[in-house]
Amino acid sequence: MKDILQELEHRREEARLGGGQKRIDAQHAKGKLTARERIELLLDEGSFEEYDMFVTHRCTDFGMEKSKPRGDGVVTGWGTINGRMVYVFSQDFTVLGGSVSETHAAKICKIMDMAMQNGAPVIGINDSGGARIQEGVSSLAAYGEVFQRNIEASGVVPQISMIMGPCAGGAVYSPAMTDFIFMVKDSSYMFVTGPDVVKTVTNEQVTAEELGGATTHTRKSSVADAAFENDVEALAEVRRLVDFLPLSNREKPPVRPFYDSPDRIEESLDTLIPDNPNKPYDMKELILKVADEGDFYEIQEEFAKNIITGFIRLEGQTVGVVANQPMMLAGVLDIDSARKAARFVRFCDCFEIPLLTFVDVPGFLPGTGQEYNGVIKHGAKLLFAYGEATVPKVTVITRKAYGGAYVVMSSKHLRGDINYAWPTSEIAVMGAKGAVEIIHRGDLADAEKTAAHTKEYEDRFANPFVAAERGFIDEVIQPRSTRKRVCRAFAQLRTKRKQMPWKKHDNIPL
Amino acid sequence: MFKKLLIANRGEIACRVIKTARKMGIATVAVYSDADRGALHVKMADEAIHIGPPPASESYIVIDKIMAAIKETGAEAVHPGYGFLSENMKFAEALEAAGVAFVGPPSPAIEAMGDKITSKKIAAEAGVSTVPGFMGVIADADEAVKISAEIGYPVMIKASAGGGGKGMRIAWNETETREGFQASKNEAKSSFGDDRIFIEKFVTQPRHIEIQVLADKHGNCVYLGERECSIQRRNQKVIEEAPSPFLDAATRKAMGEQAVALAQAVGYASAGTVEFIVDGNRNFYFLEMNTRLQVEHPVTELITGVDLVEQMIRVAAGEKLPFAQEDIKLTGWAMESRLYAEDPYRNFLPSIGRLTRYRPPVEVQAGPLHATGKWQGEAPVGETAVRNDTGVFEGGEISMFYDPMIAKLCTWAPDRAGAIEAMRVALDGFEVEGIGHNLPFLSAVMDHARFASGNITTAFIAEEYPEGFQGARLGDEDMARVAAAAAAMHRVAEIRRTRLSGRMDNHERRVGTDWMVTLQGVDFPVVIAADHDGSTVTFADGRAMRVTSDWTPGDSLARLMVDGSPLVLKVGKISGGFRIRTRGADLKVHVRSPRQAELARRMPEKLPPDTSKLLLCPMPGLIVRIDVEVGQEVQEGQTLCTVEAMKMENILRAERKGVVAAIKCGPGDSLAVDEVIMEFE
Repeated sequence: MKDILQELEHRREEARLGGGQKRIDAQHAKGKLTARERIELLLDEGSFEEYDMFVTHRCTDFGMEKSKPRGDGVVTGWGTINGRMVYVFSQDFTVLGGSVSETHAAKICKIMDMAMQNGAPVIGINDSGGARIQEGVSSLAAYGEVFQRNIEASGVVPQISMIMGPCAGGAVYSPAMTDFIFMVKDSSYMFVTGPDVVKTVTNEQVTAEELGGATTHTRKSSVADAAFENDVEALAEVRRLVDFLPLSNREKPPVRPFYDSPDRIEESLDTLIPDNPNKPYDMKELILKVADEGDFYEIQEEFAKNIITGFIRLEGQTVGVVANQPMMLAGVLDIDSARKAARFVRFCDCFEIPLLTFVDVPGFLPGTGQEYNGVIKHGAKLLFAYGEATVPKVTVITRKAYGGAYVVMSSKHLRGDINYAWPTSEIAVMGAKGAVEIIHRGDLADAEKTAAHTKEYEDRFANPFVAAERGFIDEVIQPRSTRKRVCRAFAQLRTKRKQMPWKKHDNIPL
Repeated sequence: MFKKLLIANRGEIACRVIKTARKMGIATVAVYSDADRGALHVKMADEAIHIGPPPASESYIVIDKIMAAIKETGAEAVHPGYGFLSENMKFAEALEAAGVAFVGPPSPAIEAMGDKITSKKIAAEAGVSTVPGFMGVIADADEAVKISAEIGYPVMIKASAGGGGKGMRIAWNETETREGFQASKNEAKSSFGDDRIFIEKFVTQPRHIEIQVLADKHGNCVYLGERECSIQRRNQKVIEEAPSPFLDAATRKAMGEQAVALAQAVGYASAGTVEFIVDGNRNFYFLEMNTRLQVEHPVTELITGVDLVEQMIRVAAGEKLPFAQEDIKLTGWAMESRLYAEDPYRNFLPSIGRLTRYRPPVEVQAGPLHATGKWQGEAPVGETAVRNDTGVFEGGEISMFYDPMIAKLCTWAPDRAGAIEAMRVALDGFEVEGIGHNLPFLSAVMDHARFASGNITTAFIAEEYPEGFQGARLGDEDMARVAAAAAAMHRVAEIRRTRLSGRMDNHERRVGTDWMVTLQGVDFPVVIAADHDGSTVTFADGRAMRVTSDWTPGDSLARLMVDGSPLVLKVGKISGGFRIRTRGADLKVHVRSPRQAELARRMPEKLPPDTSKLLLCPMPGLIVRIDVEVGQEVQEGQTLCTVEAMKMENILRAERKGVVAAIKCGPGDSLAVDEVIMEFE
């Protein structure tokens, strides 16, 4: 009997060593942790339960039958993050380069099925050379199985991808369909075709880092939601993100004990809006001063900085924030910012996370660059996302809310639940100067008349009261009391029930 | 007494004057420029008059505009504060002509002391010790040697037309005098086309010590002790104290009596300051007299219990001084730290912008100013005093148009060590965000052993921080205290995280007791034993520290007791730990489980990119103009480009000689801070 018990321990030991000490050392030398070390840091200490440790591949081609490492290059199982259940898979680069075989993929599929059935997030740690070429089409079929599960799980449980090494070719499409992608600077990259193929086909000279490194994907392509300095920081920050998310679409967002008064007054917000309407200010200050304990988890910080997206807590409960950023391009809406915000709004709606929107938007960005690239349809994404979202929606207009962009930014007309405006708001079709140029075109030559017309337009529309007269604004509020007002609004909306008419699914302009 | 007082100033001093006026039952009038529409002094005053555009030359120092404001409001008296019109004779005369009282000295006194040479002459005649020297033209080296011997070595040989150190030599003996005389003469001729030379005593180990005088219109004049203002950076006072740690009673009396003699010689009536330079042997020499309220007057108030502004107003109203010299007692010690909107990490570059956070430490009254009931404003009573004279508020704007000094933090305690300790704690508890500021530098000076010893000169900052300021490094004991505090705080934050809703019943995370605290690259393995009142943090060597605090996660200021003594930390968030600022140090502190720490050690150390060959944008702004081309050789100090930030054009210059390798942006581009503008070969 004792021998049998020892045999189990022996087999476990062997499996835990993955591709052997030499390869582990090589992994460490690259500044990367091993698949199991990553899981250790991601989950609560001692909470990981591994499955399928003894799975091996079934390939017999190209001499593969001679090497059958236990676990087949991926570590799977479940554990807890601050006591809450999550499923995890972590590809082991030390075993056959983390390549994806039929059995490797089957392990991933197994925990994904469990996650969907039991209602818990899936966190995938990607560090793989790609398909296991020796297995041929079986490997591709295996990818397909993972993709199908990514699709089915979308909107059911949060899916988070961590790219902590290579992720290339078809393999990128699994993370691509998950809710969030996080990368590690200098040690991860993602691309559909690598630098060698790029050179052969298009004659472009590009390094892996330039083509698909963390900087590229956080700043240019927007494929990744954030990049971190190293494995340790990335895993700590994903733990922090999970603290904001519900475990599945069957649950409400989590609530955490908080040390911040819901009716905290911030007098300094009264002077946030500069006297000069053309002077920018930092919208992040408002977000930080409204949030519980000034805690903000920003998503896509480096991309389309003219809009801010991320999570805060109000009275301990997660709230998604979307805010125009006047510091960048005056906070204008454009293709990138509309796409970024639309995806964020839809994530929040999937998982019952209430939405808080801060508005200071001068309109949509004009130009051929925008029109040729389809700002009409991309802009409509954000409009559509807000309109279909049935979660509690609270909006605060701080300054400009002009034209179509006013309607887009969670206005009353898109079923905004509570819409506030600061006294500094200007809710109008456009700025006074532009309006006068159209309404009083005949008087343009006369500077005096134009000035008078401008003043008249400003007096009439450069304020929140015309909108308030029509009930498009529920209340004009003092900036200093924003936190209190917003907290109360969400408290009121905790029992909100709203459904869209039955449909198979909608047809958002993709 | 006056019914209404106009304050022809702005910022902290305007607020300071308003406080006393209010206490005296006098209505106050503020004046403000466009940039100060929402300023604190405007909010505090009973009335406020707009006087023009932001530049002081178009508002605060335009006499006509002030006179118009006086007329409009019917103010009976004007307090000029310091700077602006405070030492402007024409202004004093204009007020006189209009029959409005000037809260300052009579205009002849301003005139007499306004000129450096005249004032020195008057001082010498009044028996005030002046720097020995020979003002006439010196014919040749022989005469220079003779004069130098009379003055006594060391001497300074200076070009009459000189400036900027050119044509200036220090000589310690006859040979050096001969050499120096000729060298200075040659240099003066070539630099200024004027080879006239004069010689004066060179003051070694100079200290800046000044005497506060107060005179009424009835011939009474007293001195209120001295202030030492030796901690200066490029002639800008940074830290002042009263009394001076250097003066003895005899020197103080001699300086005070000479200052009074000078004041009486010019018919002075108001508060004034006689500045002296004092050498290592306590020889003192007259520098100049400031015929106004000094910035650093609060330290005098704190040790004498006299409200100088109140006395100035009473004197202006014709009242007699309520005390004689023998009534003036110096009690305890006061320190003043000037808070400047200057970034010490960027070579004290002025910083402007929005004060997103401004939370000064709580004021506490104690000492003579409390005893005499002259404390301005409200404050609870304590053992040591904390006073903050400020002109700004959270959410306010630091504008480019005025002085970068935004507050004066003062402390008082029975002795110097106590005043320094109170200042340390007060500085640690002062929260300022949104702009660069010198709080860490002030903290570093307060912690400096040489400053604590009192062995200071006006060269203190230049000598102790020759390379500028890169942040303070904490000593071992302070490091351990911060580590213990961070461990205790981290534990609290982690326990809170385990209380999230949605956790699995019966399988909760248990927060451990063993932690590794890493700060400034040093690991501290600790074990925490927590109870209801706090926690005991035990280090590897068995030493235990008791940490108690009411800090909760998210608090940006942690007030802790570590082993019975206070520790105040500014706490920010970083991944896996805290950014902690205390005692002039800015630390990244990580608190990890032993296993996390073990794995974290495997992470490659990423060196910050070498930016010495890059020109980085120092502030968020718009490129207005690029003045160089790729391939061009540039000299040190040459203009490279202009960045407009907040409507201000900032010229960026080459730090050293080099060749432009690449230009990464063009006019019209909007850049974030630290974005690359150009690269050098």
